[in-house]
Amino acid sequence: MQFLNGITLLLVYQLVGEITVRLLGVPIPGPVLGMVMLFVTLMIRGKAPESVDQASTALLSHLSLLFVPAGVGMMAHFGRIADEWVPITLALLLSTIITMVATALIMQVTTRWFAKPVSEKEGGDE
Amino acid sequence: MNEPGLKDIWVYLSTSPLLGLTITLVAYGLAYRLYLKTNSNPLANPVVTSVAMLIILLLATGTSYSDYFEGGQFVHFLLGPATVALAVPLYQQFSRLRQLWLPVTISLFCGVVIAAGSSIGLARLLGGSLEIQMSLAPKSATAPVAMGISEKIGGLPSLTAVLVVITGITGAVLGTKLFELIRVRDDTAKGIAMGVAAHGIGTARAFQVSSQMGAFSGLAMALSAFATALLVPWLVDLLEAWIPA
Repeated sequence: MQFLNGITLLLVYQLVGEITVRLLGVPIPGPVLGMVMLFVTLMIRGKAPESVDQASTALLSHLSLLFVPAGVGMMAHFGRIADEWVPITLALLLSTIITMVATALIMQVTTRWFAKPVSEKEGGDE
Repeated sequence: MNEPGLKDIWVYLSTSPLLGLTITLVAYGLAYRLYLKTNSNPLANPVVTSVAMLIILLLATGTSYSDYFEGGQFVHFLLGPATVALAVPLYQQFSRLRQLWLPVTISLFCGVVIAAGSSIGLARLLGGSLEIQMSLAPKSATAPVAMGISEKIGGLPSLTAVLVVITGITGAVLGTKLFELIRVRDDTAKGIAMGVAAHGIGTARAFQVSSQMGAFSGLAMALSAFATALLVPWLVDLLEAWIPA
């Protein structure tokens, strides 16, 4: 029952998100707004109810499964991908590497700049 | 003769969602077992092997993607509530996030702009059509968000969904090696980078390294979904003005 309550609540937030996005015409996908609204609710309540915690753990622990049907969609786009495989594969591969390396380095550098006014741990770099 | 009976069963199965849904779960179950057998080798990523198994099976039986998706859509649909569910890890990591809010905000902003800018720029340099560039632009965001953006900026949402999955796999496979290479050892930095570049598939991988890396990857994925939705349409207009197609 807990799980059912949790999943129902997630769906209600998604539904409210979708409706709000359409009513206001904001350029954000419905589930993302639903996530923000649930986050705000949790902040106000000060704790995550057991039911929501259970449902979200269940969904997020097998997150990669949820991408499988979209991945199989590759077969519907074989022609398109074959036609432009050089820009697609190279842009995708290089851009993913660049993004990952740059973000990791930026996060590392900015963490050292901002988050250590008091040296809580000896980094050995000062 | 058995033949007509079997044919009737096949006709029933190929038009009912039961088959598509069942083979998705069975393929993923097998792929996940294989992944555990290889000691969680990133190259045996369960998304890669299950997608490969399913495509081979569908091609061999002459089943179309739209017939398969009759069943596959039930799994695909859960991406929506899963996106909402990200609020929970986000909330649980909030105290850590509050300490790091400035570095996280800067990294996310840069990461999202670099992800979209570099994929549009590279695809354009390499001669990709405008449709391909726009389908690639939101590739680092999680599927439902990326598909929505792709539609808005003139890409093909269903192609974007495929590119999103390939991007996630690329990030999950290469991630830990890349971080070793550039000597980033902090789990928060690795998690943020994984979530920004490789969304949910990268997050699934990050959780295997450590729960902290997983939580930060989930957080980055949730926040960058939001940031991508806000920034990418604007970035596309900007690039349009700078580099003529």
